[in-house]
Amino acid sequence: MAEYKFHILVCGGTGCLSSNSHEIADGLKDAIKAAGMEEEVKVLQTGCFGFCEKGPIVKVLPDNTFYTQVKPEDVNEIVSEHIVKGRKVNRLLYVDPENEKHISDAKHMDFYKKQMRIALRNCGFIDPENIDEYIGRDGYQALAKCLTEMTPEQVIEEVKKSGLRGRGGAGFPTGLKWQFAHGYQADQKYVVCNADEGDPGAFMDRSILEGDPNSIIEAMAICGYAIGASQGRVYIRAEYPLAIQRLEIAIAQAREYGLLGDNILGTDFSFDIQLCFGAGAFVCGEETALIHSMEGQRGEPTIKPPFPAENGFWNKPTNVNNVETFANIPVIFLKGADWFSSIGTEKSKGTKVFALAGKINNVGLIEVPMGTTLREVIYDIGGGIKNGKKFKAVQTGGPSGGCLTEKDLDTPIDFDNLVAKGSMMGSGGMIVMDEDDCMPSVARFYMEFIEEESCGKCTPCRIGTKRLSELLKDITGGKGTMEHIAELKRVSQVIRDTALCGLGQTAPNPVLSTLAHFEDEYIAHVKDHTCPAGKCTALLKFKINPEACKGCTLCARKCPVGAISGEVRKPHTIDQAKCIKCGACMDNCKFGAITKN
Amino acid sequence: MAKIKSLEELKKIKEQAQQSVSLRVKGDNIENLVQVRVAMATCGIAAGARETMNEFIKVLNEEHMDNVVVTQTGCMGYCYAEPTIELTMPGKEPVVYGNVDKNKVHEIVEKAIKGGEMLDGIIPVTHNTVE
Amino acid sequence: MSNMINLTIDGIETQVPAGSTILQAAEQVGVHIPTLCYLDLHEIGIENKPASCRVCVVEVVGRRNLAPACATPVAEGMVVRTNTPKVIDSRKMVVELMLSDHPKDCLTCPKSGQCELQTLAESLGVRKIRVTGDSMSTYALDESSPSIIRDRDKCIMCRRCETMCNQVQTVGALTAVDRGFGAVVSTAFDLPINETVCTMCGQCIQVCPVGALTEKSNLDEVIEALGDPDKTVIVNTAPAVRAALGEEFGIEPGYSVTGEMAAALRRVGFDYVFDTDFAADLTIMEEAQELVDRLNKFLKGEPVAMPMITSCCPAWINFLETQFPDMQELPSSAKSPMEMFGAMAKSYFAQKKGIDPEDLVVVSVMPCTAKKFEAKRDEMNSNGTSRNDIDISITTRELAQLIKQMNIDLLELEEEDFDDPLGESTGAGVIFGKTGGVMEAALRTGYEWITGQELGDVEFEDVRSTEYGMKVAHVQIGDVTLNVAVASGLGNARAIMEEIKAGNPNQLHFIEIMACPGGCVNGGGQPYHFGDLSIIQDRQAALLEEDENKTIRKSHENPSIKKIYEEFLGKPGSHVAHEYLHTPAHVYREKI
Repeated sequence: MAEYKFHILVCGGTGCLSSNSHEIADGLKDAIKAAGMEEEVKVLQTGCFGFCEKGPIVKVLPDNTFYTQVKPEDVNEIVSEHIVKGRKVNRLLYVDPENEKHISDAKHMDFYKKQMRIALRNCGFIDPENIDEYIGRDGYQALAKCLTEMTPEQVIEEVKKSGLRGRGGAGFPTGLKWQFAHGYQADQKYVVCNADEGDPGAFMDRSILEGDPNSIIEAMAICGYAIGASQGRVYIRAEYPLAIQRLEIAIAQAREYGLLGDNILGTDFSFDIQLCFGAGAFVCGEETALIHSMEGQRGEPTIKPPFPAENGFWNKPTNVNNVETFANIPVIFLKGADWFSSIGTEKSKGTKVFALAGKINNVGLIEVPMGTTLREVIYDIGGGIKNGKKFKAVQTGGPSGGCLTEKDLDTPIDFDNLVAKGSMMGSGGMIVMDEDDCMPSVARFYMEFIEEESCGKCTPCRIGTKRLSELLKDITGGKGTMEHIAELKRVSQVIRDTALCGLGQTAPNPVLSTLAHFEDEYIAHVKDHTCPAGKCTALLKFKINPEACKGCTLCARKCPVGAISGEVRKPHTIDQAKCIKCGACMDNCKFGAITKN
Repeated sequence: MAKIKSLEELKKIKEQAQQSVSLRVKGDNIENLVQVRVAMATCGIAAGARETMNEFIKVLNEEHMDNVVVTQTGCMGYCYAEPTIELTMPGKEPVVYGNVDKNKVHEIVEKAIKGGEMLDGIIPVTHNTVE
Repeated sequence: MSNMINLTIDGIETQVPAGSTILQAAEQVGVHIPTLCYLDLHEIGIENKPASCRVCVVEVVGRRNLAPACATPVAEGMVVRTNTPKVIDSRKMVVELMLSDHPKDCLTCPKSGQCELQTLAESLGVRKIRVTGDSMSTYALDESSPSIIRDRDKCIMCRRCETMCNQVQTVGALTAVDRGFGAVVSTAFDLPINETVCTMCGQCIQVCPVGALTEKSNLDEVIEALGDPDKTVIVNTAPAVRAALGEEFGIEPGYSVTGEMAAALRRVGFDYVFDTDFAADLTIMEEAQELVDRLNKFLKGEPVAMPMITSCCPAWINFLETQFPDMQELPSSAKSPMEMFGAMAKSYFAQKKGIDPEDLVVVSVMPCTAKKFEAKRDEMNSNGTSRNDIDISITTRELAQLIKQMNIDLLELEEEDFDDPLGESTGAGVIFGKTGGVMEAALRTGYEWITGQELGDVEFEDVRSTEYGMKVAHVQIGDVTLNVAVASGLGNARAIMEEIKAGNPNQLHFIEIMACPGGCVNGGGQPYHFGDLSIIQDRQAALLEEDENKTIRKSHENPSIKKIYEEFLGKPGSHVAHEYLHTPAHVYREKI
């Protein structure tokens, strides 16, 4: 085996791949070959590093140099300078926004400092297409331990003791769920991994599957052993081709090693996994809908009970866990439930992965211990609000979640605290909004999403979400009245009380939570006919300040609908009835005489 | 790939596989490790820095010294004493040694790294680590 | 497991068996929680319980949201409130949401007055829809089928039709499609219903609470023909019609109105009022002959398609053609009674009366929607005229409307008889309208033909009382043991066909299949039963009673039948009989 002096890791996550990271990897290999160093340098593609804002990422080890926004044309310099001559390529290093210093080691970057990577432990570290690398990182040791040293009951006890709760959104204790499925007798049981990640902006499950697929396989096998299932299914959306490909490779390699299949590690335990592809319906993240979809039925939830633990896939006891939940399992057995439960808050143990998005400097994927505050996530890790704007709200929990404001920023993040503040953990989407975001418009965006993604089974969700979305359309379109706000509240309450599944019951959350924090903004829309954030075009008014207007006539000439009139060298005026709020006048005015509000 | 039929076989594969990722594990944990940084500028290479680096890696492997990581760096500015290396013991200030040939490598490993001694050949410096 | 669970509903303490739902427990203490999507067809072991309409929501103390009573199991110590302000308002709001996406054309809706949504809105006191959003789901009306009209705008996604079509009938023509506000029950790929595997049995219509699924009305054509002085318009009414028509005029289920119906039809203006029961006797003649022939061949070891299956149910034939196309040699080649009637009307009757068959309009009144389709099948023209043997087929419901439109009160009429020569029938013809009836009628005749002896007791108890399921019986006829089976409901038909495919383990010789659970008395064209299948048993009993009261109870003893063979057809199974009364073998269905 060659004694490599360097490993160069190139991010092979979906985000970086779409910025040509594949070419970068190939380019590096070529350059290294040209330098005659292929015996000394190994180039490999890994899963996501998380710092997607600065991708594509290239990391050189062992000196832990973190190159950002690398382009294919940068590869020769990296090789000739860094690899051959030991000189880091400064211009590709991350620049600390505080002091403008180059930071070479990712560990010193604010983005990574407060993170703690358990679920993402191997993402951006190993080659996900090589099972040996996973095994080299203690992979399958946890499974081996469970199979050879523990009874299924002990395995379940350990998971219960760890305090791990479901990362898919609801936060149900994982060990308890396993215990339920364990408790039902059947000739066949199933372990299902829910990889139907559907929240807008969330991609933690995809990243784990792309970066560390074997951890999911191992965890599913452990779960199979615990509940008495010999069959596993991964329900994964077909829109995740790379995750599917990596998972398929991992499953094939695990089978070759006998880590899936009959008599795993020479024991009596047999387990295998098949993939089921979903068409990307949001509601199929709900476990009963997911199971129906796997059976070839329409992806619709059914009422619980019966729970899948009793009557699930093909009417057999079935345990459904989310990808991130499974990713935590092997670590619990490697490091112990006590270690795991020492991390986090009283009722929420371990870490949580969040997909940071919106008006934040460091967009990306992060993992923090439970109990980290929103402020730390947004300001320390996320680098604060883009362009120095003012923070307004953060939406957590995806469409079913809610908004949190400045006063909630010091809340330690955990399942219960977020619910207490009127939002929820959800699968970990975190969208940051600044002063330019109009909250009724935000609510409208989410309602349109939910309305489209409703399965249409129950009346309140099928019709109610449509009605909410219409009300919001009216409000943001300048046609709202106070009665609209009252109706929003009334319909929301009925949907919350009467919808069939969890998704339906939480569907009005974007409305209820924006109303709770920003009712004044709604009132401004319907009473004053203004959009305080200046987002709602229909409510905008463009005005010409007569003091500043020189009467150059440019605006009148640029106006596509002839709404501006005035004599040369005299102040012009805008006919509000004709104005289509396109903003062409304002963009073209050389004297800053045109304002909008 | 042969099937892994027992825990022992899995452990064997793990040991082999661990080597392939050990370089990364070290990098990830670099602050707690002994770092040997070999100056790899043109003059250093001409003076045999590459051989020096290879020797370090070879010796450390033979000795199973997983707590040491060998990296390279650019010109440290001591062209008269190439090959130069910078040795950093965890939590201590870096020390630069000049004229590090193969013999010196062994001495550094045995005495400086294992024994924690200061050796001859230290270039008394007030230099800043080259990034 | 008879664990009893204690719970309190609206302050009333009660005990119910574990596994009961809140709805069942509430019924027991006289609390009637309104429902809409829920449909309990326990007689055939099917429940439609998607818990999707959310009308039956109730408060359960300690629960964060409201619970659907129809699908929530009771639990020890549960405290349920069905009438708090929150429940009442939420329930009302759910109905208002439903109405906000429902056409407001109640006055002209075919379901008006019999619409469960209308009734519900009324009983909940909905006086205003407090939902301002006004976008509506709009779909093109599907009138592709000669039997069923689908108005998806009115679909409320209760999924009853889907349960009926997929679980009871195992046809699989209807399914929810699309999602969100656009979710609606439709067909695969949204195909016109006529291009699907739909058998047109109309069981979906029977359970649709609103006007989303209705029969295609042909009443206007009937009225137009009746007003045409150049046309002789004759009518025949199927056995099951008389057992249910009275319900539309407010009388209890289970009373036949045969005589009143004949009188009403005459008042309506039909030139001749005939009885499909006559044609049912004719069917028995042909079918029993075919059975005897096929059985003889079979017993001699000659190649012959066995078992023989009845062919008088058009939905069953549609089912066979779409689901078991490689088994089409099994049914009898005999046409259905309705088609035999049409064939005889435009030949034998027309000749007798000297009427040009082109000027003869034959109307049939059927309990059935599939008959509308059957009437239009290409092969159903035995007279070479420009129109098929049956011109118009209407349902029992349409007949009731016709009588009402003609300002006639059915219940005030004196009973009258059918006309000759196509009006006389036996008890065997009457029981065609219920499951097991065709089998029994065939056995009454087949027995005498095979043994040459007179049958004493005409009631074959062994093949009777097959209410909604499937029954196998072994009937001793001389020295032959005839293995027979009776199935109603297409799900049971499928089971039998699968059994035959698997090698016919019961060694069946003769099988009766009716598409609708319980037989034609539960046809898609009958008065709505709203899920109360006890009505079906009442109608069956009415037919049995009529059979009992008939002096002649065997088809081959019907004097008019004897006469028609003497004068026109020759012998059962003759060349002439085949020309008029049988379909050419293996006619595959082309959709109309």
